[in-house]
Amino acid sequence: MNLARLLAMARKETIQLRRDARSLVMAFLLPVFLILIFGYAISFDVKNIEMAVLDESQSEASRDLIERFESSGYFKIVAHPASYGGVDELLQRGVVKLVLIIPPDFSRDLAAGRSAPVQILLDGADANTATIAQNYAGAIVARYSAEAVLKGRELVLPVGAESRVWYNETLESRNMIVPGLVAVIMSIIAAMLTALTIAREWERGTMEQLAATPVHRLEVVIGKLLPYVAIGLFDVALAIVAGLVVFGVPLRGNVLLLSGMTLLFLLGALSFGMFISAAVKTQVLATQLALQAAYLPAILLSGFMFSISTMPIILQAVTYAVPARYYVTVTKAIFLKGVGLEALWVEAVAMIIFAAAGVSLAIRAFKKELA
Amino acid sequence: MSISMLRVRELLKKELRQMLRDPKMRGVLFVAPIIQLVAFGYAVNTDIRDTATFVIDHDRTAISRELLEAFESTGYFEVVASSDRPADLVRALDHGDATVGIEIPAGFARDVSAGRGAQVQVILDGTDSNAATVAQGYAGQIVQQYGLKRATAARTFPAGGVDLRTRAWYNPELESRVYNVPAVIGVLILLMSLLLTSMSVVREREMGTLDQLTVSPLSATELMLGKTLPPMLAAFVILFLITAVAVLWFGIPMRGSNLVLLPAAFLYIVSGLSFGLLISTISKTQQEAFMSMFLFLLPAIILSGFFYPISSMPRVFQWLTLLNPLRHFLEVVRAVFLKGAGITDLWRQYAALTIMAAGTLWLATVRFRRTVAM
Repeated sequence: MNLARLLAMARKETIQLRRDARSLVMAFLLPVFLILIFGYAISFDVKNIEMAVLDESQSEASRDLIERFESSGYFKIVAHPASYGGVDELLQRGVVKLVLIIPPDFSRDLAAGRSAPVQILLDGADANTATIAQNYAGAIVARYSAEAVLKGRELVLPVGAESRVWYNETLESRNMIVPGLVAVIMSIIAAMLTALTIAREWERGTMEQLAATPVHRLEVVIGKLLPYVAIGLFDVALAIVAGLVVFGVPLRGNVLLLSGMTLLFLLGALSFGMFISAAVKTQVLATQLALQAAYLPAILLSGFMFSISTMPIILQAVTYAVPARYYVTVTKAIFLKGVGLEALWVEAVAMIIFAAAGVSLAIRAFKKELA
Repeated sequence: MSISMLRVRELLKKELRQMLRDPKMRGVLFVAPIIQLVAFGYAVNTDIRDTATFVIDHDRTAISRELLEAFESTGYFEVVASSDRPADLVRALDHGDATVGIEIPAGFARDVSAGRGAQVQVILDGTDSNAATVAQGYAGQIVQQYGLKRATAARTFPAGGVDLRTRAWYNPELESRVYNVPAVIGVLILLMSLLLTSMSVVREREMGTLDQLTVSPLSATELMLGKTLPPMLAAFVILFLITAVAVLWFGIPMRGSNLVLLPAAFLYIVSGLSFGLLISTISKTQQEAFMSMFLFLLPAIILSGFFYPISSMPRVFQWLTLLNPLRHFLEVVRAVFLKGAGITDLWRQYAALTIMAAGTLWLATVRFRRTVAM
């Protein structure tokens, strides 16, 4: 490998990049733009769940129970259907997620020390929201029930749970979303940056010129990678600063470790994109492959949205082949847990393997054509 | 402007052949979406089951074991390791080997028997705030029920109280998959629609074949038909294939009618294809088209209600999502699949999709004319 030739190759790629100004601007600004939008827009915090109340009891006791739903902050009462018949339509049209039905005998049963049934109907279609709503409603009713039967007497249950949340004490969903997003967006950007670079040379006919020069294929691949690695590092730095400054996400771990891991990840993801590009030789096909192999897996199989531990074993095995998986783990762990290499060495080794495999695959795919 | 059926037919033949010529391309078009739906169908699961739980039992009595048993028997928690050193718990959570820790203090059984209110510590890994919220709720309920059971048995707690009966409609088991798999269909269709058209014009421009087309006797309308009809055909084939997989493989209940779904799918596909064509005519290079598609697709997925509830977004973004065809299509698909909704329930979504399809088609046509006329 000759350093001068390698740098010349990198320079050539940079010049070519600069000519496509619009793409270049997108490459630099897209990640931080997306982080800003998503970090602001999305959250998991389930608040103000729309609910309806059918109060057939119309008593002080039932009004007290309803008031507790309202003042909890989790629910917003938006409808008071007159009869059971109206409930159906509210759920069907998605106007409410939950219906509280208090039967006529509620107050009498409660006062008499009998068990007083109360019904809750959930729109189960969105299972996640429904589960959280169910938990909140259960807690409100249980508390109300205990106070109602004890009638002001103090009674301590023999057991209580005291829960503490680590790493993200307030359960702020933004703290988990922003570090994960950095990883997902970078996987996507990385594939996008390099997937077309070699296919483009084939389509434009400049590959033959490149083949005619004395440049070695290792120099071509590394030289082409260098400018993109620089762009990628810049993107990550900008995205992290945005996360810290704009959203106040804590960065508890070592910045150097994060940088090192980022470099490894970028090498793997970028060289993998280049491999696709060298292997298929047309930009259309490279686009499609990059989209399908990198885009959705990075979003859905990386553990960013859906936790890997709940997937079937076979699919869990598949996620080991998604580089974003390791990077999502790494960013979340360094940002929120503040752990070091002792907890992340598995991810580090995996990313080294990916980077090595990516680069050698790209060189290999290249070799056949140049010979 | 005249449309010659003969010319259109020849053009369609050429475009279809070009699209399907490459076996790799055929694989990408028709096999990959099926594989993706199968893989993602298993992935899109937010149910909390068998959460890896680390236990520190300082008490080691029958009562502490009974409580732990109560945790495990719900199926929500699975004890993966235990120890009596708190440092091991820290390590397990730091390394991600467990996401929940339960710590039972010494003297627990004594306090429980005396009715003194013994406290169990539940420690949650908040890096996944959604899972932590749900697990926290479950843990609280389990401990509370266990406490109530003991108090009632010891007769220190009066009988009666509120008996909460919960029923979930449309999805009694509260399985997240039935909600999310139809959404994956929507995402895949959008992705394929964009893929199919976003490269078409810009590629011809980059390769210089666009000039040949403009000097040919084909009118702009004919060219546009040639560029959109074959992709539409392909998109519908993909839609049928993956819907079949969702229903037959994943057993997603189809409670509504296909006739309600189809017009929405048509409008949605037209929006996707037109938007792709628009990108293609605006972009100077394929790289640029590729990036524009990425730029559009990610917000379309994240701000669609696929995963992050729209109702938790700030008001401005809730309005913005109204411009997202995926949002409306997801509402239709989910309502038709799970609730058996009819057209009258969904007229808003239909209206929005119609406006979007017409709008993007018009924009794409205008741009396309200008590009071809050059």
